[in-house]
Amino acid sequence: MYEFKYHRPGTVRQAANLLVKNEDAKLIAGGHTLVPVMKQRLASPPHLVDLSHIEGLDTIEMKGRSLVIGATAKHAEVANSAIVGEAIPALAELAGLIGDPAVRHRGTIGGSLANNDPTADYPAAVLALGATIVTNKRRLKAEEYFQGLFSTALEADEIITKVMFPVPKKAAYIKFRNQASRYALVGVFVAKRPSDVRVAVTGAGSDGVFRATAFEEALKKRFSHKVLDGIAVPAEGLNSDLHGSAEYRAHLIGVLTRRAVEAANAKD
Amino acid sequence: MRENLRLTGTHVGCDTSQCGACVVHLDGKAVKSCTTLAVMADGHEVKTIEGLAADGAPLHPMQEAFREHHGLQCGFCTPGMIMTAVDLVHRKGHELSDEVIREELEGNLCRCTGYQNIVASIAAGAKAMAKSDLA
Repeated sequence: MYEFKYHRPGTVRQAANLLVKNEDAKLIAGGHTLVPVMKQRLASPPHLVDLSHIEGLDTIEMKGRSLVIGATAKHAEVANSAIVGEAIPALAELAGLIGDPAVRHRGTIGGSLANNDPTADYPAAVLALGATIVTNKRRLKAEEYFQGLFSTALEADEIITKVMFPVPKKAAYIKFRNQASRYALVGVFVAKRPSDVRVAVTGAGSDGVFRATAFEEALKKRFSHKVLDGIAVPAEGLNSDLHGSAEYRAHLIGVLTRRAVEAANAKD
Repeated sequence: MRENLRLTGTHVGCDTSQCGACVVHLDGKAVKSCTTLAVMADGHEVKTIEGLAADGAPLHPMQEAFREHHGLQCGFCTPGMIMTAVDLVHRKGHELSDEVIREELEGNLCRCTGYQNIVASIAAGAKAMAKSDLA
């Protein structure tokens, strides 16, 4: 490793001040994206600000009718949390599908969302559930937060502190793994919310996570996989690579959405 | 760990958090040490394969099970397999089905393709750990 200065702030405010003072500083929590990137020399931040020792930043709790998950809550903690399992079981299941057991002991929800990898799982849940990203500065709606590949609305000195998920009536996440990387080749999160239905797709979009609005409109009228017959997501704008063509991914989105709706209905 | 402490039981495999040869316990939980910054572990407990049983003392029951059931061929993945297996027992108990063991080995690769005996070793080691003082 090359040289860098390591900071271990005790509060979010201290962490934010470090970001302001050191323009090229990077935040680190679980490090499961940043450390590999640093080892490959794709990034070489001179300052690392460690969020993992800030007390209370990993709290999982219900606040009114929202499930609130602290930014440094690890995937294993979300997967095994009785609170998450009770409020939004689909979210606990999603967290349990990320990486492998050792990776889930380190990776955090805040890190995943800040990175916004186009094949990550959490963005699909955040967009489908209509979650709010809370930072040290403001609250961001999911729709305005995700801004394309590895791109978010976060400013340079902005830190995610928690994510607020409104509890849906029903929800399910179905992931079709890339056989080599085990990331989502396509992942679909379906949420039946009190006022509407949302279908969010990860892994497939050339611009990152997106909503399949044609499916949403049909499912809003009747929440059954049968209403999806004859509706397809256009292949245009989807990723095409050696793992699967855009047409293949478009087909998978339809199949996985049907399975997700069936799974959500089976949870009753 | 390997160069400064000379604890060479922990192996460098893929160095990209996929293969699991480098698994150690951080505060009692299995993590991939290749993707964990040492400075972030300052003030925390790190246990490597060397820490499972004292020098010269009988092997940890999971180590013993790997020996008894021939849960290795070349042995390169073994330290990570054993540290992952011990963590698995801590989380899911002593009665582990083959299905659960195989699912939990998602992040540990054996390129001798010796999974059959690894799975048998972990099932036996999990049972043996119930009767042992070594956690």
